[in-house]
Amino acid sequence: MRIINKEAIINAVEKLCIDTNCILNEDILNSFDSFMEKEESPIALGILNDLKKNAEAAKKRMMPICQDTGMAVVFIEIGQEVYVEGSITDAVNEGVRRGYINGCLRKSVVDDPIIKRVNTKDNTPAIIHYNIVAGDKLKITVAPKGFGSENMSKIHMLKPSDGRKGVIDAVINTIEQAGPNPCPPMVVGIGLGGNFEYCAYLAKKALLRPIGKNSEKPYLKEIEEEVLERANNLGIGPQGLGGRTTILWAAAEDYPTHIAGMPVAVNISCHVTRHGETIL
Amino acid sequence: MEVSLNTPVTREAAKKLHAGDRVLISGIIYTARDAAHKRMIENREQGFPIEIKDSTIYFAGPSPAKPGEPVGAIGPTTSYRMDAYSPELIKYGETVMIGKGKRSSEVIEAMKKYGAVYIGAIGGAGALLASHVESCKIVAYDDLGAEAIHELKVKDFPGIVIIDSFGNNLYETEYLKYKKDDKDA
Ligand code: SF4
Repeated sequence: MRIINKEAIINAVEKLCIDTNCILNEDILNSFDSFMEKEESPIALGILNDLKKNAEAAKKRMMPICQDTGMAVVFIEIGQEVYVEGSITDAVNEGVRRGYINGCLRKSVVDDPIIKRVNTKDNTPAIIHYNIVAGDKLKITVAPKGFGSENMSKIHMLKPSDGRKGVIDAVINTIEQAGPNPCPPMVVGIGLGGNFEYCAYLAKKALLRPIGKNSEKPYLKEIEEEVLERANNLGIGPQGLGGRTTILWAAAEDYPTHIAGMPVAVNISCHVTRHGETIL
Repeated sequence: MEVSLNTPVTREAAKKLHAGDRVLISGIIYTARDAAHKRMIENREQGFPIEIKDSTIYFAGPSPAKPGEPVGAIGPTTSYRMDAYSPELIKYGETVMIGKGKRSSEVIEAMKKYGAVYIGAIGGAGALLASHVESCKIVAYDDLGAEAIHELKVKDFPGIVIIDSFGNNLYETEYLKYKKDDKDA
């Protein structure tokens, strides 16, 4: 049994909320450079260059990269041998509260999603996914997610007979319909299999994978590559103003499913795909 | 073409802008998102909380300013959520909308009828756009927090005219230039 202090969780979550919102991950910045080498549209090149300048300005001033600092999505992997005094959920939410207040991040969460929609003023509650694993470590991943892109995401409950082509078409259609709305260039998370809610979870998890790192499963890698190529042939381009840079990356995760189904979730994200982790 | 655009913008001035123009906006502009639009429209009989005639409305809700800075990150939000309200505001005299993403045919019809333009600011470039904001203050609907109406004084705030008052629409024309057919799709 290893005891982890509640304060350590609060502090880690606070720091991750601030850092992920103000510092764009290297893999995304590097992908801009490789897309700029291939980009044909002058407008697109100008936009990509501005996005690079934006990331530099944000990091230098520790200002959010984007004003939509998202809803905080937190993945907790907790080792079976770990003991935390008090509620882990409360500690995570306290970290989010401190991060969004102390980091001058925008509070975008409303309570009662339908009628009153009153801002909770501290960006809580977070969306927390727990996973119990072997060992005595606690891994915290914070992935703030903006809603311009979240709103463009979709779940498709396909039939097994739709096959691989059906899957890829569903993903491409979702990207095409999203068009300029999710601030392209996008990053696309794909969840395959499982059931209704689990494929959505997988799609979100796929967004945590660094750009440039394909799935280790050959059939998923091929799907990722085909989606990347076809999406960038759509012509949508940065901000939907035309070009070869529509998506920076596609990552797919899978899980076994039922004989009667083939769920596909597409979680659309933008170039401000934020995630950071700490292991306690 | 690169154009310097000073606010307020009259309908005549709006009609001189064309899809594809790069604009640098200077002067006073107002932020409003869904909640502020809803309230303005619901209470329009009692008058608007800002001068709507010749106004420029930026669909945005900034992140909080750090001490000593005029504003936090301030990029555009997705505009289709304002589609239900924009035609009415255009009728009352709004001439420039700044946002990102597609607009409905009702909005475009109103733009053509009265003379208004839709300008795209770079979505996701909140920190860069903040450097073009000289001052920021809340002028209405304080209780809405980030969704309150903020009055911004901007200098050379960059954008691209996406839909002009003739209905030309970059979202419909530009992607076709770069679209490629898939070999085996
Ligand atoms: S889609 Fe992404 S870049 Fe665009 S406003 Fe939302 S968080 Fe920011």
